[in-house]
This record gives sequence, structure tokens and C-alpha cells, in this order.
Amino acid sequence: MDRAQGTRAAAASAQSDLLVARNVTKRFGGVTALADVSFTIRRGEIYGLIGPNGAGKTSLFNVLTGIYGPDGGGFDFDDRPLAGLKPNDVAARGIARTFQNIRLFANLSALENVMIGRHVRTRANVFGAILRNARTLAEERAIEKRAHELLEYVGVHSRANDLAKHLAYGDQRRLEIARALATDPRLLALDEPAAGMNATETAALRGLLENIRRDGVTILLIEHDMKLVMSVCDRVLVLDYGRKIAEGPAAEVQKDDKVIAAYLGGEVTLNLKGA
Amino acid sequence: MRSYLDVRGRPALAWVGVALVAAALVALPWVLAGIGTAWVRITNLAILYCFLALGLNIVVGFAGLLDLGYIAFYGVGAYVYALLASPHFGIHLPFWAILPLGAALACVFGVLLGTPTLKLRGDYLAIVTLGFGEIVRIFLNNLSSPFNLTNGPQGITLIDPFRIGDFSFATTQQVLGNTLSSPIKYYYFLLAVLLVVIVVNLRLQNSRIGRAWEAIREDEIAARAMGINTRNMKLLAFAMGASFGGVAGGMFSAMQGFISPESFVLVESIMVLSMVVLGGMGNVFGVVIGALLLSYVPEVLRYTVGPAQKAVFGRTLIDPEVFRMLLFGLALVLMMLFRPAGILPSAVRKRELQRRTDGG
Repeated sequence: MDRAQGTRAAAASAQSDLLVARNVTKRFGGVTALADVSFTIRRGEIYGLIGPNGAGKTSLFNVLTGIYGPDGGGFDFDDRPLAGLKPNDVAARGIARTFQNIRLFANLSALENVMIGRHVRTRANVFGAILRNARTLAEERAIEKRAHELLEYVGVHSRANDLAKHLAYGDQRRLEIARALATDPRLLALDEPAAGMNATETAALRGLLENIRRDGVTILLIEHDMKLVMSVCDRVLVLDYGRKIAEGPAAEVQKDDKVIAAYLGGEVTLNLKGA
Repeated sequence: MRSYLDVRGRPALAWVGVALVAAALVALPWVLAGIGTAWVRITNLAILYCFLALGLNIVVGFAGLLDLGYIAFYGVGAYVYALLASPHFGIHLPFWAILPLGAALACVFGVLLGTPTLKLRGDYLAIVTLGFGEIVRIFLNNLSSPFNLTNGPQGITLIDPFRIGDFSFATTQQVLGNTLSSPIKYYYFLLAVLLVVIVVNLRLQNSRIGRAWEAIREDEIAARAMGINTRNMKLLAFAMGASFGGVAGGMFSAMQGFISPESFVLVESIMVLSMVVLGGMGNVFGVVIGALLLSYVPEVLRYTVGPAQKAVFGRTLIDPEVFRMLLFGLALVLMMLFRPAGILPSAVRKRELQRRTDGG
């Protein structure tokens, strides 16, 4: 039911393209991590990115967010190219991300982590910081208020004053999402948000993803938890050895022979059939 | 669990505390002058080290960039003051005009150091900054020919003291029946500046800028992904830290009346870094305590080690200077073993505890 609602929400919002990837290629030495990958993410959808380990999912994230430059092709975000932008510029354009191996500011409180996310949408400079003029003070209050709201939103508000490194694993993942949301993104790119979560936490995460989408943020989701991917994603892109092997609605992709082969391996599939 | 030091919700108590500390600080130089004017001078130098440690704390403590050449900025500030207020070039500008100039030039040097080192961290950054500090010192040593800019190893003498109208900081005068000596005048001036510097540091730390620095310290990649322009923020940290050093250098010039490249050697950089680390990286008050301790303890030892040996053994077994450094090194090692985060633990943790007792 959730999914049907989500699809309707996506259909109701403008059906224009938010992110267009054109023949994105990335090589590391002799290894081609991404080969001619093209896809389109529409506004308001949850777009899944799956594939076996080493398929190039995280490389795609890193090229998208400007950590690496592509060796060929590129992205258009909101009809403007992202080419040559540094990670901070990409964040300013409205793409926020989380990391597969959680990268919180470990020795800062949860609240401060989210407050740092507001950096890119606020303006106070050194003079404002030292003089503490009315505008700076108002901005500081707004930052703190927004940070509290976001902690509430992802459900870790009770831990607001604890150091990020002292939070439970699932809470750290949620905090990372709150920090990313603090940058007011239009595209939220999540790298395995459910990794290491138990079933209850994953269910809660699914609710959170639905809420984020409902509130107007498009989501690009790398995830290994197929149950989550199938239940929450509108469309899915499957990578294998850096190549796009399938794209489409989750239910269709699930039945694709190439996808099954990629996940189970050709040889293994034959042996299983023989057994 | 509230201690007597916890004055939140008790403003009257807070003001009493502030008044007591203020009174003690105002009375301090007179007490010290009773023991010996040397102690007032030592106190003044200790306050200068507080400026330096607080400036370096921005770079090392807040932004997490290890800088082993920090004393170079002190040197730049000192030489700017010396050249613009001494017979060397026959220029005698007032101090309030030179100090900002020194800060500005040190700031430029900070950016000069920062730009090529943006991609370096940790050990690599330490080596490059160490080299930078040495380069500046060697330039100061050798810029005496073909054009005599710095007067080489002889240094610059007869540097003007601070002067406001007819009120000179260098002379002793009678005020309301008390003898106001030169070091005491400087003490009050330095104390006032120290208060400003501490407030500036605290405000920077608790701001959008300070949080961005802390983010870079914690995880640079995540900081960039959150939209922080790490290049600009790092340059800003270098520039801010350097300008604090520049101001301190100018005051050092005026107080001493004489400077030479000898004052800006590597050991000084290491000393200032030790103050920051010992006091507690990132904690403004910890850094002040670290600076005061490392300024005073060696001086106290200087006056006690020799006489103590004489009293016990009848003669001096170990040269006081050597013994002093031995004890000093031992103290640092013990500190790092038992309080690795510094005398006052990082400001971050403290702030967290405070907010929790506030009830979030």
C-alpha cells in the first residue's frame, strides 16, 4: 500500500527529470569501475541502485558527488551539468549523501553534526562570528532550531547531546541522514543505509525514506537489503562489473535473467539446476 | 551534582566570581613587583605566550592542522613592528597603526603557507610547516645584504615602546603615590588584549566558522560532502592563527626593545605547540592554562633548582638549566601518559556535558 501511495505521489509531482547520467565512465588504472552508465532519476521517486559487491555502486556515488572526476560522460542535475564541480559545490547545488562506512564527525555531538549540515545554507562569516551581530545570532538560533527538528524527524532526538561516536549503529545511520537533510538537498543519495540494521530498524528506516520522499526529496538508494529495495523503490538500476545490466520497476528487474545471473553467478545457477 | 563553580541560574554568584578574579588580576602585578620586577616581566611574556597558544589553537585545535612553524608569524609581526618603529629606517609610526599592519602581513604569510599545503595532513603538513618556519628565520638572518632590511643576526635595537600621546609604556612614573613601572603598564595592556583574544576565540569556536573547522578536523571528506569549502576554511584558519601571532610579535618587539632571529627558532614553535597540547587542544581555557604553566614552571625551576641543590649537597651537581629541561621533559611525558587529552579535556566534551545538565 505504501508503495502505491508513493507511486501516486511521484506521478502527482512534476514528472521531469532531476538527474540525468550520460555515459558515465570511470577507470582506476586498468580497472573500469564504471562503463558507459546512463540513467535518469525523476523528481519525487526513490531510485534504487543495486548490484553485487564491486559492481561500481559506490564509485558512481563518488563520481556523482564530485569526489572523483569522470573519465567520460557526466551528469546533468536540474538541467545544468555537474561537470568539474567539487564536492562542496555539488552539495550546494542540492545533492547530499551518506557514506557506506559511516562518516560522522565522531567527536562532536549529534546536534552539532546536524548543525554543520546547515553550513552550506547559512552565511555568517568571521566578522559575524566575532561581533555576534543580530543577524548572526538570529541565524545561529535558526540553525539550532532546524537541527533539533531534523533530529526529531529521523528519530534520534533523545541523543541530541551525545557524541556521535557514542550512538548506536542504527542511530548513527539515521544521524547521517539528518545531517544530509540539513543541507536542504533535492536529491538525497544514501549508500547502504540499512547495512547492519536489524529487522525492526530497517522497517523504521523504510518509514523514514517514505516520509522523506513525501516531503519532496528525491532519493537515490544503494542497498543490499533486497526486501527493502523491492518494497520502497519505484525503479531500480542494476550494475555489474561497472555496466548497467538492467533498469526498471523493481518487480521487473527482479525477474531479469541477467540480474539473477549476476547475483547468483552463471556457474552456480547451472549447478543448482542440475541438483 | 552542582559544584560551587557551577553558577548557571545564580547570576549574582557569577558576578561575585568575576569581580574576585578581576580584582586578583588587577592586584597581581603589584604583588609580583614586591617579589621582584623580573616576575612582572615573566608574567608579561607568559601572556604573550597565551596569545601565541590561542592563535595556534585555531589552526591545531579547531581545524586539526598540525603547524610546526607557527613562530614564523610571531617573527613577522615582531619585525614589522621593529622596522616601522625604530631608528633602523628612521620610521616611528604609532603602535596602534603598526599592530594591525603586522597582523595583516602575518595573515598574508599564513595564506602563503596555507596555499601549497592544502592537500597535506598530519606528518606531511608538520614537515612542510617546520620548513616554512625555518625559511622565515633564515631570511631574517640573511636579509642584511644587498639591502639591509633586517640587520641580520645583530637584530634591531632601540625599538620604540608603546606610546599614547605623552604616556610612554617605557618609563616609570608615580600614580596616586604608587610606582607604575614599565612592566606593570604593559601588563595591564596585555591583560586587556588577552581578554579580547579569549572572547574572540570562544566566539569563533561557537560559530558557523568554528563548526566548519571542527568538521574538517573530524573528517575532511564528510565536511566537503556537507558543502563546506575546505580550501577556504583551512586558509581562514591559517590566516586567523597567523594574525594572532603577528599581533603578539608586535607587542614582543615593543616590550623587549630589541629583537633578533634568535627569538624565532624552532624550539619556540615546539614550545607553543606543547602549550596547546598540554592544556587541551581545542579548549580555549585549557590552552591558556597550558601556556601559563609552560611559561611559569621553567622560571620557577630556574630560581629553585640551583639553591635547592646547594642546600642539600652543598654544591651544584647538575646545571640548573639542564635540570630544568629534564624536569620539564619528564612533566610532559607524565602528562601525556595520564591526561592525554590535556589538562582540560576537549571543549567539545565539556560543552556536551553542560547542555545535558541544562536538560537539552
